[in-house]
Amino acid sequence: MTATVPTKSGPESGGKSAVPTAALTLPDGPESRLYWAFADCWTIVRRDLTHLVKQPVIVAWQLGFPIVSVLLFVFVFGSGMAVGDGVDYKTFAMPGMFAMTMAFGFMNTAMAVVIDKDRGVTDRFRSMPMASSAVVTGRGVSDLAHASIDLAVLAAIALAIGWRSDSGIVPTLAAFALLLLLRFALIWVGVLLGLVVRNQEAAGNLFAVAFPFGMISSVFTPPSMMPDWLGSIAMWNPVSSTANAVRELFGQQSPELGGSWIEQHAVLMAVVWPLIITAVFLPLAVRRFQSLSR
Amino acid sequence: MKASDHAVLAEGLSKRYGGRKNSKQALDDFHLAVPTGSVHGLLGPNGAGKTTAVRILATLLRADGGRALVGGHDVRTEARLVRRQIGFTGQYAAVDEILTGRQNLRMFGRLFHLSPSAAARRADELLEQFDLVEAADKQVSGYSGGMRRRVDLAASMILAPRVLFLDEPTTGLDPRSRNEVWASVRELVAGGTTVLLTTQYLDEADQLADRIAVIEHGRKIADDTPERLKDRIGGDQIEVVVADAGELPLAAKAVARVSDAEPRSDNETLRVSAPVSDRVGALTEVARTLQDEGADVVDIGLRRPTLDEVFLRLTGGRRDTADHRDEGAAPDVPREGEAA
Repeated sequence: MTATVPTKSGPESGGKSAVPTAALTLPDGPESRLYWAFADCWTIVRRDLTHLVKQPVIVAWQLGFPIVSVLLFVFVFGSGMAVGDGVDYKTFAMPGMFAMTMAFGFMNTAMAVVIDKDRGVTDRFRSMPMASSAVVTGRGVSDLAHASIDLAVLAAIALAIGWRSDSGIVPTLAAFALLLLLRFALIWVGVLLGLVVRNQEAAGNLFAVAFPFGMISSVFTPPSMMPDWLGSIAMWNPVSSTANAVRELFGQQSPELGGSWIEQHAVLMAVVWPLIITAVFLPLAVRRFQSLSR
Repeated sequence: MKASDHAVLAEGLSKRYGGRKNSKQALDDFHLAVPTGSVHGLLGPNGAGKTTAVRILATLLRADGGRALVGGHDVRTEARLVRRQIGFTGQYAAVDEILTGRQNLRMFGRLFHLSPSAAARRADELLEQFDLVEAADKQVSGYSGGMRRRVDLAASMILAPRVLFLDEPTTGLDPRSRNEVWASVRELVAGGTTVLLTTQYLDEADQLADRIAVIEHGRKIADDTPERLKDRIGGDQIEVVVADAGELPLAAKAVARVSDAEPRSDNETLRVSAPVSDRVGALTEVARTLQDEGADVVDIGLRRPTLDEVFLRLTGGRRDTADHRDEGAAPDVPREGEAA
């Protein structure tokens, strides 16, 4: 790809038309479009990753809730939590914590989207000749990178307090892949919400949505121990399917889980739910992004 | 003039926001022609449609009707070509706060599809040009408002655009930062860039613009050079300042005798003014009349109208008021720019 750089020492004396318009010499065929879709995506990803590197405090802060929850539930309430015969609460709660962190991840996406929208960065991108898809694809790739860091930190903490996967390396990796799949699906929810909410403050209030979404699930307690109506909601919560599937793949399924069809097919549903969420929210997010010009 | 002589050409643009009930006509049959190489100011109260017009021209918003060419390309059907020729600076400094100034410019350079080395070179040039070398490797979040704006402007200049859109470039800046931004804009214009800027500040338009289009309720109500706009409301003004509000009618009567137009009285500044043609004669006569009447005159003089007055006259006395959505309010002053 060649591009000439305009310089301010260019021919200025020649009048108005002498402004160098390097842009017009750039190629614009279908191949170069594909190339730039990836190149622009990578530029955005690098930008987002720079954010993470420059703001480790923020990353730590976002992990604060799951970490405090781990300590609180496992060590403070843990002894009083009965999740089935012979099941250590730590073993039950850790996979739930992984799933909950992924579930809350959509807030990170929404916040990043609303900040860019608020500050006019999104408009700047849209006024540029870059691939417009890169704004969204770049967001998605860096969010998955961010989620992987989160999982790595949480797994390290889990190992430190004595949690272990009871299965082989392949099912364990598959479990983490399912967690990232849930996070992937929620990117689109986050993008949509980030475009819909008015400002950062409103995006912060999304916690009111995130909290029940993450908590009314099998993350901390088996739904079978909840009141019937609440238990049904919790059972069908996509977060539960992922949490249960992960427990299964770690070889740590609780006897209290598995009473219903959805619980018996946790691994399947941990794939199906994210696909449904993506199928619904990806087009909505794209439409919303396009409607910025309406 | 041929279409190609115009960097920006808008014909009959219209735009309506909102649903069936609460809809608002933001632009209504809006025309604009900006000759290549000039600076055109777009002036109007909040909600008049300035930003809507600029956003349509910068391909960020689709018009409901009409047509617009920027750099000879249609903003709707050839958006990609338009985007390669424009720089856009919105109402907020649209740069990444967490990155440094240099990282910002390199990132935008890459997104303008410069090679990494070219993007780095261009960033260095712009940092120099916009006097940001010292702060180049600090995070933008630590920059002053003026510095942010300069990074923002520099980012719009990466490809040396033919047309630069500036939407209220100095809103919220202190006077010093404002001067810095003005200096940068002048430099760009000297390099041949065509600039379309919206502003609420009349002195900004007066300082920078070759021509000013006044827009209200989505329609252009005047489009002329600042000087001619001032002439239009009657050239020189006679102005009398009285000591007491009770004397305003007296002063107004005296002024009315020498002017063809209705004098404007301002209860707050205790000032009466009106356009006059026979300067010295009018001044002498008003002074004599007021002396005969025994009025307590603080000041009396002749002066050139300010752009503020032009604006107030053209827009019917409502400038940047919060109730600008009050579409029904009829202007109390005849709109002299209507003919334009």
